[in-house]
Amino acid sequence: MRIVVDRARCSGIGICESLDPSHFEIGDDGALMLLSDIAAEDDDTVLEAVRSCPALALSVQPE
Amino acid sequence: MNAVTGTADDVDGFVVVGASLAGLRAVESARRAGYRGRITLIGAEEHLPYDRPPLSKAFLTGPDTPVYLATEAALRDDLGVDLRLGQRVTALHPDEGVVAAGGGLVPYQRLLIATGARARTLHPLPVLPGVVTLRSLDDARAIRAALGRARRVVVVGGGFIGAEIASSARTLGASVTIVEAAPTPLVRAVGEVVGAALCVMHERYGTELRCGVQVSELIGRDHVEGVLLANGQIVPADLVVVGVGALPATGWLAGSGVELDQRDGAVVCDEYLQTSVDGVYAAGDLVRWPNAVFGSSMRLENWTSAAEQGTRAAVNALVPARRAPYASVPYFWSDWYGQRIQFVGTAQADSVVFVSGDPAADRFVALLRRGDRLVGAATLNEPSKIMKYRRFIAQDDGWAAASAFSRDGGQPVRP
Ligand SMILES: Cc1cc2nc3c(=O)[nH]c(=O)nc-3n(C[C@H](O)[C@H](O)[C@H](O)COP(=O)(O)OP(=O)(O)OC[C@H]3O[C@@H](n4cnc5c(N)ncnc54)[C@H](O)[C@@H]3O)c2cc1C
Ligand code: SF4
Repeated sequence: MRIVVDRARCSGIGICESLDPSHFEIGDDGALMLLSDIAAEDDDTVLEAVRSCPALALSVQPE
Repeated sequence: MNAVTGTADDVDGFVVVGASLAGLRAVESARRAGYRGRITLIGAEEHLPYDRPPLSKAFLTGPDTPVYLATEAALRDDLGVDLRLGQRVTALHPDEGVVAAGGGLVPYQRLLIATGARARTLHPLPVLPGVVTLRSLDDARAIRAALGRARRVVVVGGGFIGAEIASSARTLGASVTIVEAAPTPLVRAVGEVVGAALCVMHERYGTELRCGVQVSELIGRDHVEGVLLANGQIVPADLVVVGVGALPATGWLAGSGVELDQRDGAVVCDEYLQTSVDGVYAAGDLVRWPNAVFGSSMRLENWTSAAEQGTRAAVNALVPARRAPYASVPYFWSDWYGQRIQFVGTAQADSVVFVSGDPAADRFVALLRRGDRLVGAATLNEPSKIMKYRRFIAQDDGWAAASAFSRDGGQPVRP
């Protein structure tokens, strides 16, 4: 599946990074960088990070 | 009842009281979770849900453009929400399963209480023109207008909102004095060491900070002219902004049977964010709940937890199969003089170590320790670092892990 960031909603809080540093990282400018936008269907760590974004900026799409 | 789809036995649906961040997230997540029943969102303000954090920051120094969190079309058409703005809910009657609003009764199957908090005042000091508090967009508009004219501003309270207002007033060129009753500001929020380190900024940017002294009187007849301090000093002012904290907006729940904390009126919830009344949940600034991460009960007033709680409470109320406790490492930010402060965890620590920068610098990372654990981290102007420490917080040997991580230069752990 593919991770999609709604940039208009993301405020760079980084809760996603704290839950899954292998896909998400906040850069020095305070903006979110996707280290990889591809994840396995059963990657619960990614799904947890996606569900936990307080800005509802993250979603996943089937590839 | 088929709670996810919302079937005929669920006609009364989900009613959310309070149309701000927590309430909005609740209706959004209800639909995301597949709930198809009726949703009613009732808010006392005339405004669409808007973002509060900018109100003490960019909104005061920049254009009068509120940041709305949703459009009316998104709420009514996309989410199918029965949106009732400008309606104050005055009572809850759980036995009948209704709330009273706008002269009528609104029935519910599941209820979410999300009425947030209201600003504390200097009561019993009398109200005087030129003395204001900041909680809502309307408050911010009044302060914004007053700041355009004010030359001398006194901010009562050195907490985050007070400090942000002071910083905005300085940016607009006013001379600003903060009067703080405690010896050091922000102790409850970030602890004494970090609180003192942050307050260095006030001096650096030309705001006078007077600590350990209370306001005993507001001076002026038709309009405020200054404040009299308990030590006899007078600080002249043409605008006094009172930032002495917020209290849960739960007056309307008195006598409803929903348990309120006797100290501050917070709604007492269990770990699922359910109140003492079955089917009635709560989210946001007014909630006190047992946070399993720290094994203690907490009430938080920050954007991230209000958003998370709204999301969680709606799912717990409507989708039994996905019911889960709400447990979280708190996070908040604040902006002073264009500098970004961030904090994760709790301030109840035995010691603080600055692992980079130092208390007088304009950039630092401070770690808060309790026993073998890392309980919190505070940063100034280090947005890429703060969240890298979040995952160590409240782990059994988190202190050792976080220290090792910071010695390695705080580089991200890559798989
Ligand atoms: C000026 C300011 C700056 C802030 N800055 C930051 C920051 O930098 N970082 C951070 O993390 N947090 C910040 N916060 C905190 C954050 O905004 C709050 O935690 C968040 O708004 C809480 O959301 P809520 O939905 O619980 O409550 P609220 O946003 O308070 O919303 C409650 C809503 O319920 C309505 N209501 C009240 N009573 C009734 C009733 N009886 N019937 C119907 N409706 C009712 C109110 O009118 C209001 O619209 C700031 C807050 C303020 C005020
Ligand atoms: S948690 Fe959400 S808002 Fe925060 S950085 Fe990640 S995607 Fe952006």
